[in-house]
Amino acid sequence: MADPHQLFDDTSSAQSQGYGAQRGPSGLGYPTASASPQAAFLADPVSNMAMAYGSSLAAQGKELVDKNIDRFIPVTKLKYYFAVDTLYVGKKLGLLFFPYLHQDWEVQYQQDTPVAPRFDVNAPDLYIPAMAFITYVLVAGLALGTQDRFSPDLLGLQASSALAWLTLEVLAILLSLYLVTVNTDLTTIDLVAFLGYKYVGMIGGILMGLLFGKIGYYLVLGWCCMSIFVFMIRTLRLKILAEAAAEGVPVRGARNQLRMYLTMAVAAAQPLLMYWLTFHLVR
Amino acid sequence: MAFTLYSLLQAALLCVNAIAVLHEERFLKNIGWGTDQGIGGFGEEPGIKSQLMNLIRSVRTVMRVPLIIVNSIAIVLLLLFG
Repeated sequence: MADPHQLFDDTSSAQSQGYGAQRGPSGLGYPTASASPQAAFLADPVSNMAMAYGSSLAAQGKELVDKNIDRFIPVTKLKYYFAVDTLYVGKKLGLLFFPYLHQDWEVQYQQDTPVAPRFDVNAPDLYIPAMAFITYVLVAGLALGTQDRFSPDLLGLQASSALAWLTLEVLAILLSLYLVTVNTDLTTIDLVAFLGYKYVGMIGGILMGLLFGKIGYYLVLGWCCMSIFVFMIRTLRLKILAEAAAEGVPVRGARNQLRMYLTMAVAAAQPLLMYWLTFHLVR
Repeated sequence: MAFTLYSLLQAALLCVNAIAVLHEERFLKNIGWGTDQGIGGFGEEPGIKSQLMNLIRSVRTVMRVPLIIVNSIAIVLLLLFG
């Protein structure tokens, strides 16, 4: 092989020649003074054409993926849920642990679209649930490690188990929303965001359980369960129940009663799942 | 606590299979859940029962062909990999 300096020169100038995709035949003008195999390979006009074709195929494929990705994963809609800042995260975490004093739970709108989470503490976001989920998996690993029960595949098992419960919850709630014919603007991603808020309480419970044993775990978990229960009821009430009932006026009628039961069932499922997903981690 | 995503997929496949084998004439009509028995007028809103019947009918119609494919794949995979 030639010395490194010459090799570097060869490949860089070969690249600058070869990636001029439209100038296929220009390979003929390539300085054939160098005898290294790569330069000879790249100087061959056939392989130049092949590289040009390959790169144009790749560009086309990328274009296709970019155009169609929006059909499967709503990327633009997802960006809304990650438009957060530190102040919002702080306020939201405070709300998750102490929702009792918060008065106004309505999401502000701005010409038919809800305002980004950065500007309204009531808006759902996906940043906190995503971070809380990952932290939960890590804290579960930590808890298992302190009890000498850790092995790396258990981390994956915890993660997929929590994810499976989340999926099951989302599907069950979507099914019951369909059966009760609720006309709501609660999208699936909103639902995932709301259901992901319970991981914050779970992390708190596990950490306290690690520090102070079972008493600390039960105390903090009980507190977080109550908070999540109240939080979910107050948030979902606005989304699922009709406007009149949401303002606190009890509206008679089987339909509204059914919706109230649905809201309470969703909120009651949160503490149950919080306990179920954490009790085996604290001994 | 071994509730993984894979077991969720298996359970979902079994549930959809269960809905797909409900026979229209022999079974659903006999318990009053046939598709021609549930159409209330243009009333206010459909109750839970008619929503359920709608759901069963649409699942049976839509998932007939995909279920054949997915079931065949599942059978082959389970035969090969246990």
